[in-house]
Amino acid sequence: MRFSMLPQVFVQMFKKPFTNKFPAKYTPSSTTKFVEKIQNGTVTIHPPVPIPEHFRGKIRYDKDKCIGCKLCIKVCPSEAIEFKEEEKKIKIFLARCTFCSQCNDICPVSCLSMSDDFLLADTDKYSKNLIVE
Amino acid sequence: MSQTIKTTFQLPIGPIHPALKEPVAFEFEIDGEQIIDVNVTLGHVHRAIEWAARKRNPIQVLYLAERICGICSYCHPMAFALAVERIADVEVPEHAQFLRVIHAEIERMCSHILWAGVAAHEIGFDSVLFLTWEIREKLLDLTEYLVGNRVTKAITMIGGVRRDITPEMYPKIKETLQYLKDSFEKLRRVYLEDKTFKMRTKGCGILTKEEALKLVAAGPTTRASGVKKDVRVDQSYFAYCDLDIDYMTPDILTGEVNGDVYDRIIVRLLEVKQSISLIEQCLEQMPPGPIVSEPKIAKLLAKLKKVDGEGIGRMEAPRGEVFHYVKLNANEYIYAWKVRAPTYNNIMPWIPMLKNQQIADIPIVAASTDPCMSCTNRIIMIEDKKTFILGKEELHQRSIQKTRRLHL
Ligand code: SF4
Ligand code: SF4
Repeated sequence: MRFSMLPQVFVQMFKKPFTNKFPAKYTPSSTTKFVEKIQNGTVTIHPPVPIPEHFRGKIRYDKDKCIGCKLCIKVCPSEAIEFKEEEKKIKIFLARCTFCSQCNDICPVSCLSMSDDFLLADTDKYSKNLIVE
Repeated sequence: MSQTIKTTFQLPIGPIHPALKEPVAFEFEIDGEQIIDVNVTLGHVHRAIEWAARKRNPIQVLYLAERICGICSYCHPMAFALAVERIADVEVPEHAQFLRVIHAEIERMCSHILWAGVAAHEIGFDSVLFLTWEIREKLLDLTEYLVGNRVTKAITMIGGVRRDITPEMYPKIKETLQYLKDSFEKLRRVYLEDKTFKMRTKGCGILTKEEALKLVAAGPTTRASGVKKDVRVDQSYFAYCDLDIDYMTPDILTGEVNGDVYDRIIVRLLEVKQSISLIEQCLEQMPPGPIVSEPKIAKLLAKLKKVDGEGIGRMEAPRGEVFHYVKLNANEYIYAWKVRAPTYNNIMPWIPMLKNQQIADIPIVAASTDPCMSCTNRIIMIEDKKTFILGKEELHQRSIQKTRRLHL
């Protein structure tokens, strides 16, 4: 065929867009107002694409279970984990974390796990949301 | 009597080139629109990844290797793991060997389809770019489902892989493969039969078999010139020896080898088809068993701490052979590590490919060897002491204009 893309282009024009319009269908004029509205429940967000079961998101840390063995620190490729000497507990800086879940695998008492939380953008790399302890 | 002296212009491109793993500088000698000669210089940015590895243990280096390239985020750590396994005499369980093939082939398909989209973009055919990337999106969804993330897979472990593919996951894999097979025909028609593609890619950027052999081109670039070279067939690793696999050369489809950009498209499309079949074979033949030889990572680390020796890991990455050299000296950290990515081999072939081409063909010819290459180049032309810059946009515009001109 001479121009085999043409029919495809026409089909595409009438198809539903492939992209998921997350979190809002159209860009809100003010992001802060939009966030406020979500918080007081006047608008709902467009749901994200469902996350698969074993997604590697923000780390969960069960502090009470941790025995302070430092094994996670030993395997962390990006040196994202700090050891708190006095408490014998760890502190994870997610801004450095590469979400490899290697610390989860090595932990002898399984006190680390990956959640499905992926909304981690922040302007401050030391914000509370980005530090797990 | 005055005599007219005809001279050529020098046209440098690069060296900063964000889309490439290795920044590279071209120096073109042009006569009008025609490229007379081209020189390529390498080595402008060194990220010191190999040095960083010397302060890390082998498990940490797996994730460092993953970050050498975003598209090859599986084959780099895997080649590294192969090298370490060779040094430490680690036996990989058979089940894991098959799993490794599946992940490698998914990565190859992702990379080739991504490349196909970029190639379309380079000649100004953006509707095809969006069509191919829509197809690739399904593959990324499958990757995310199998390994937990879309790009950085973190699936490699020394002695196996980190996650199993259980029979409950088969339907999703099969569904994606079916979708790919259905879309494949669409892609084939657009890439191989469309007039625009044929005009822009046939006879363009030719690499002869002799040149390909002489310059040691790798991967689809060399296979498109008719050289039968593929690590998967030549030096069977993983479970490839149990699978039905052969070299993909353009003559399988067209009966002839031209070594042009069109042939490189054919080879990559054929390889996507081959990958689908390889994954299907794996799902059929995969024996049950453990996924890793030493599940206790602390124990594995203790073992690696004692080994002394050097080894190499080779595998066929989407763009060609990737080669890792590792030396351990009974220490906690790696002693030495050297990586040779396939793009290195595919840089010299640019010279014969680009000679006698037009400026507007630079993007498509350069992109034809490497999926990452998009024309984010910046050209500075100096003429009569006046400097003007040919940016990415203008270079792209020239490419689009050529497509239009050809249609008249
Ligand atoms: S997930 Fe990986 S990078 Fe993040 S803290 Fe754990 S080991 Fe470190
Ligand atoms: S490996 Fe687990 S138990 Fe040990 S320090 Fe880390 S989190 Fe705590």
